[in-house]
Amino acid sequence: MGSSGTSAAAAGHHGQATRRDFLYLAAGGFGAVGVGAALWPFIHSMNPAADVLALASTEVDLKPIQQGQRITVTWRGKPVFIDHRTAEQVKSARDVGLQDLPDPQADQKRVKSGKDQWLVVLGVCTHLGCVPLGQKSGESKGEYGGWFCPCHGSHYDTSGRIRKGPAPKNLEVPDFTFVNDTLIRIG
Amino acid sequence: MAQNNGFFENPTVKWIEHRLPIFSFLDHSLGSQYPTPRNLNYWWNFGSLAGFMLVVMILSGVFLAMNYTPHVDHAFGSVERIMRDVNYGWLIRYIHMNGASMFFIVVYIHIFRGLYFGSYKPPREILWWLGIVILLLMMATAFMGYVLPWGQMSFWGATVITNLFSAIPLVGDKIVTLLWGGFSVDNATLNRFFALHYLLPFVIAGVVVLHIWALHVHGSNNPLGIDARGPQDKIPFHPYYTVKDAFGLAVFMIFFMFFVFFAPNFFGEPDNYIPANPMVTPAHIVPEWYFLPFYAILRSVTFNILFIDAKLGGVLAMFGSILILFLLPWLDTSRVRSGRFRPVFKVFYWLFFVVCMLLGWVGGQPADATAAGIPLLRIGQVCTFWYFFHFVVVLPLLGWFERPRPLPISISQPVLGGGRIAAAAASKPMEKA
Amino acid sequence: MSRMRKLVVAGALALGLASPGFAAEAPKPPSQSWGFEGLFGTYDRAALQRGYQVYKEVCASCHSLGQIRYRDLGVAPGGIGLGYSEDEVKAIAAEFKVMDGPNDNGEMFERTARPADRLHSPFANEKAARSANNGAYPPDLSLIVEARKNGADYLYALLTGYKDPPAGVTINEGMYYNAWFPGFQIAMGSPLSDDRVTYGDGTKATVSQMARDVTVFLAWASEPNLEQRKAMGLKVILFLIILSGILYAAKRKIWSDVH
Repeated sequence: MGSSGTSAAAAGHHGQATRRDFLYLAAGGFGAVGVGAALWPFIHSMNPAADVLALASTEVDLKPIQQGQRITVTWRGKPVFIDHRTAEQVKSARDVGLQDLPDPQADQKRVKSGKDQWLVVLGVCTHLGCVPLGQKSGESKGEYGGWFCPCHGSHYDTSGRIRKGPAPKNLEVPDFTFVNDTLIRIG
Repeated sequence: MAQNNGFFENPTVKWIEHRLPIFSFLDHSLGSQYPTPRNLNYWWNFGSLAGFMLVVMILSGVFLAMNYTPHVDHAFGSVERIMRDVNYGWLIRYIHMNGASMFFIVVYIHIFRGLYFGSYKPPREILWWLGIVILLLMMATAFMGYVLPWGQMSFWGATVITNLFSAIPLVGDKIVTLLWGGFSVDNATLNRFFALHYLLPFVIAGVVVLHIWALHVHGSNNPLGIDARGPQDKIPFHPYYTVKDAFGLAVFMIFFMFFVFFAPNFFGEPDNYIPANPMVTPAHIVPEWYFLPFYAILRSVTFNILFIDAKLGGVLAMFGSILILFLLPWLDTSRVRSGRFRPVFKVFYWLFFVVCMLLGWVGGQPADATAAGIPLLRIGQVCTFWYFFHFVVVLPLLGWFERPRPLPISISQPVLGGGRIAAAAASKPMEKA
Repeated sequence: MSRMRKLVVAGALALGLASPGFAAEAPKPPSQSWGFEGLFGTYDRAALQRGYQVYKEVCASCHSLGQIRYRDLGVAPGGIGLGYSEDEVKAIAAEFKVMDGPNDNGEMFERTARPADRLHSPFANEKAARSANNGAYPPDLSLIVEARKNGADYLYALLTGYKDPPAGVTINEGMYYNAWFPGFQIAMGSPLSDDRVTYGDGTKATVSQMARDVTVFLAWASEPNLEQRKAMGLKVILFLIILSGILYAAKRKIWSDVH
């Protein structure tokens, strides 16, 4: 700062203070941005890695599943329930009025049209993540003939929809497609 | 200090202070209430840089551990998975890998600064000892960390270094078996090295707290090596040294990040990208660069000394080269701290520095190599001799025979009879010293 | 890169950070210029795809590439792949069979490879590889460029370095003379000859062209995220230089009343 002379002294001093504040702000701001940017790679490293994401699809052969039978397959480390429903089960799922459902959704929207007997849902209770009962014969299927979560008593119907209990949502239907009549790919 | 009044008047700060006086603790440790010599030069930046590197290593290490598998069949693959599949895994690993080298660069400069300015002299002997303990812990941590990727150098480095303990008479082989948890370096070894590699940095952090505690009892040494005479010799740590350390850190980060992003394998060995193979030893095995001087000392003892055979002699010399630092405060008999006022010491200091560098160079060469017709082994032996001669003979004698130059009266009056006394004393003195 | 590296080496030597020694027997391969070297280095996508073709049609009969998955050949996250489209990657993978299982009957079965699978390995394990190759083990090539000193230069020199042995040098049965291989005797016969592959893009498949392409491909295999690393590095260094400048000014300002 080369300012000299009494008249300029006060202004010069003020200018110095401003410059000083600016430097502090700039240094602090830049430093904060740097620290923030440096933390992101560390946090992002905890997200699913490329190999985990790449294994996100699985194929299931439906041929061996009899009508009225349910099987469980693994997808992304979670159980997927595949239910080859009987006509009565489909009918009981469709006879319910949407207004009676906590999470209103028509059964038709939860299956592929033309393949109405095949219900594919994640076997994960939407309450706190337990696996509901009802896959094996002899297990409780709950009051609505679907699934029953023993952890906190949620009842699901034959469309996997929540009917009673603390769970807020229907069992989730994963992305899946029919590769052909008897083969589906989940994910 | 005036600039802190606002902060300490804040109701939230007051509420916390009343229950846990952490802000005033920090203010007295690293803030405006910590008086620091006004004349510290940039060599004094390396202490805070070392602390920074410890944090970087622990942080990056914790995130690597989230994806690493300590098993002989999976360790190499899990490291490659970190490099290829984990989001920014390559960055975190390169930071950790190069961070180890940076940590040692910083700490070695920190040590050589202490050696030049006599920072180990009374009343800072325990401060110096704690520093040596940190160095030893760092070496153990770095060695075990290098084993974890389970490459060829990992495996053979682990084999060679653990075998050093077999030189101990009578129980040597039993100790080696204990270290391995088996009859060779294997899965049990890898597992315990991982456990200890994760533990030791926190032990280091604990010793660092003691190191800083000891530092704060008498405060920093300074380039003149004389004690502060009064408040005019000191300035508050904050903001003066916080901003100076921050600037030094930013410049150091440029150096560090250059290696991380543009030469990440510069300090590494290509052989460690080959998975460990217990059946084949690489043609030329070398430790990481920061161990090379000690490795050269180890290899220099090729002869029996009385009843001590060459193998044990080498191991003793290697550990002795670090342990002798514990005695340094008494081996250096001069009462003058700073090398600036010791004309003869200065010469020997730089000679010692060159000897250390030569040892590092020799340690990285094949055992039977020659330079200009001289076997490197011979150079290593001469340097090893001088390393110990410096501590055991040169330093004790210098204290008696050297005539130091006259010391300045005080820090704020560095030049005898200089004209800057008034100006220096007028500028912001510490309220207490 | 090589010039920068030399500078750094020289600097390190001057600082006394002795660089680790070199294995005495193998000569240093001549330095080539590679597009992926230097501060702004990137991989040439066309060379990568040609290199993959050379690997697939020549090297892959003996050498695995176990760290690479078919999906890596596509556009991997961060744009670090070989640049094939998703369908092309699926088609590439579908050419190979992989072992999977056990199925519901407890049996292993073969299925068509998917993008998530590792590249097909020519041998089931190291013992099978050795027995098929006179006891020599064709190493996995995933990290070959990083696992050798001056890896890219070495690989190019090796692939183009087959010669008749000089007078007085006897070569053991089943071995070949190579001027750049440590010990000069290599169990791999010269893998490349002119027009060994037919490039889809019309590039003439000379030995040196194929050696260059496959070296670029294997350099990518060693470090697929090199481009991401360098691009990020430039930003980081630039940021740090500005930050240093600001902090220096702040330091000068704060210390102005001490000096």
